[in-house]
Amino acid sequence: MTDLLSITDLERGDIERLLDLTDRFAEISTRQIPKVPALRGKTVVSLFYEDSTRTRLSFETAAKRLSADTMNFSVSTSSVKKGESLRDTAQTIEAMGIDCVIVRHKSSGVPWQLTRWVDASVVNAGDGWHEHPTQALLDCYTIRQQRGSLDGMHIAIVGDVKHSRVARSDIWAFTKLGATVTVVAPPTLLPPAVGAYPVQVSHDIESVLPTVDAVYLLRMQRERMTEALLPSLREYTATYGLTRRRAELLRDDALVMHPGPINRGVEIDPDIADEQRSVIVDQVRNGVSVRMAVLFLLLGSGTELHTPTDALQEASA
Amino acid sequence: MTAPTLVIKGGRLVDATGVRTGDVVVGDDGSILAVGPDLDAPRVLDARGCVVSPGFVDVHTHLREPGKEEAETIETGARGAAAGGYTCILAMPNTTPAIDSAGVAREVLELGRKAPCDVRTSAAITVGRAGEQLAPMAELAALGVRFFTDDGTGVQDTRLMRRAMEYASALDVVLAQHCEDDALAAGGHMHEGEWSSRLGIAGQPAEAEELMVMRDIALARLTRARIHFQHLSTDGSVAMVRAAKAGGMAVSCEATTHHFTLTDERCSTYDPVFKVNPPLRTAADVAAVRSGLADGTIDCIATDHAPHTPDTKEQPFDEAPPGMLGLETALALALTELDLAIEEVVGLLSWRPAQLLGVADRHGGPIIEGRRANLCVFDPEQEWTVDPSTMHSRSRNTPYAGRRVRGRVRHTLLEGEPVFLDGEATR
Repeated sequence: MTDLLSITDLERGDIERLLDLTDRFAEISTRQIPKVPALRGKTVVSLFYEDSTRTRLSFETAAKRLSADTMNFSVSTSSVKKGESLRDTAQTIEAMGIDCVIVRHKSSGVPWQLTRWVDASVVNAGDGWHEHPTQALLDCYTIRQQRGSLDGMHIAIVGDVKHSRVARSDIWAFTKLGATVTVVAPPTLLPPAVGAYPVQVSHDIESVLPTVDAVYLLRMQRERMTEALLPSLREYTATYGLTRRRAELLRDDALVMHPGPINRGVEIDPDIADEQRSVIVDQVRNGVSVRMAVLFLLLGSGTELHTPTDALQEASA
Repeated sequence: MTAPTLVIKGGRLVDATGVRTGDVVVGDDGSILAVGPDLDAPRVLDARGCVVSPGFVDVHTHLREPGKEEAETIETGARGAAAGGYTCILAMPNTTPAIDSAGVAREVLELGRKAPCDVRTSAAITVGRAGEQLAPMAELAALGVRFFTDDGTGVQDTRLMRRAMEYASALDVVLAQHCEDDALAAGGHMHEGEWSSRLGIAGQPAEAEELMVMRDIALARLTRARIHFQHLSTDGSVAMVRAAKAGGMAVSCEATTHHFTLTDERCSTYDPVFKVNPPLRTAADVAAVRSGLADGTIDCIATDHAPHTPDTKEQPFDEAPPGMLGLETALALALTELDLAIEEVVGLLSWRPAQLLGVADRHGGPIIEGRRANLCVFDPEQEWTVDPSTMHSRSRNTPYAGRRVRGRVRHTLLEGEPVFLDGEATR
């Protein structure tokens, strides 16, 4: 594997291998000095054409914990503002001798285009409505951490599936790992051909909630209101929001998940996000470990994980 | 006294009257002087193993001049056309400025006079193709413009389209529509369906095209005008035109080579070379277009040749402009992909579009003494691999790069002059 572009590309075994590897990086993050020299000398560039705080920080933290050099190509202050094309930007970055590009773009497919123009590894950090594979991996890791396995689980994904790269990646990841998925949304917020996905569809959240092992709430974007997709946010919350009353329909051990940032009071009641069964904070924490595993798998030799690290730990002790 | 200049020897002649063998002698006045066995002239063009047909006619060519000469000029587009066997092409009006006035139309026709192809021009139905006010159609018709279209977009306003049809009916011109309901297709970049859903790309539903076909058939019934539908791409559109024709209405339509050879699955690489409008559709739509070509519902093959510079096609899929090259691959794709007799294929490329465009006096006519020597000589069996770098167009955005196809143009004669000779452009 030289690039991580989508979950669709991965086999179940690939995902499991990444999650197994993540365990080892989660352990590193608990160390006194959470840093290993695995990617020393490697250069990783964040190329974010779309605002993102958490994903960019998560990737940069992951790269730094692996001792990679990180560069942040800030689109808003760069030559891109002066009209530089995607291809020229990519080739400029590559000419600087980098090993990995982490790219986010509002247009679906941009990571695929980059792979045609650069030799460096490309990691998709979110492309348009299409995929966000590291989010799906960290979601799977979080569920596995809580439940041991996704096999046989029933997971509801609730909200704006149509415009969600998180949903598209999660649907493939969850089902590849043996879960069944029900998407719950008004018809206007489903992809036009939802039958292309291995999912069940429901428009009745209350009938679905008692049957699930996890409910995954998507962020409801306010700009959807201007596209005649919904009458109002208020009506969305009334019909699809995880309200306090609806949360009581969940089994006691059901997980509540969200990719963040949360619209408290829109897709989820403010209190539920902070409840015991909410694993939203675990998702963020696991994001760093998963991204360490991804970068290590793409860029590392695969042999430096233990020995030098232990030496480093001893030296610092 | 007319003198013979060359003879096309040993070919199989294919025209609307049928298939036969014979040599064709061309005179220095650009006409066919004689057709028959064992003829001679000072110069011999070898056509053994080849088909000699009337030159092809494209009713849908984007030449980009004026305004985007970096993508194509009238000269380079015409050269590509000659390389594809075309002797007549119709420039689309979505240039900058749009071809919506006598001044711009005159400029295009003037530039076309020096080109290695007979360049005709369409003109916009509305001023600036903005869909608000009728263009000066009578003045343009007086210049010889026979085809009016806002191509690149359809006329959205139903009342304005009705008025255009009524007004045009006095002018002996054809109104042609790019069928797409903008409100329904807005923001879309590929066919809406399984692939757009999977790829996370906003879609253009087939129904956005079909709604306008349906509306314009209704308007044509209301106004008794004739209407031509450009680049039909959906099963439903073809079915509606078939029914309208069966009902005796004066409707015609064209289909592009890409709409009978490629499906929306091609967009899965996110390569904008596969982005086109109307978009590549499903396999069922491709089959419908093929059956429409076979049963006569679809009147002709058009290229919708739409050059774009490499840098514009290297943008993200949803930012790249739609369009693909077509002139230099149309014959080969039709021969390779359509299960039709050779005279049917040539008819779809030649005499049927010539009649539609009103150029049958010079193009697409039978290969007989006295007709203009606008001819194409092609080897229907020669296999070749499409290579963008060898194309004559100024742009490279063919979706067929690397594809093996069968059938290659050897010579193209424009008014008796070999403008494309042994696979090489002569001017």
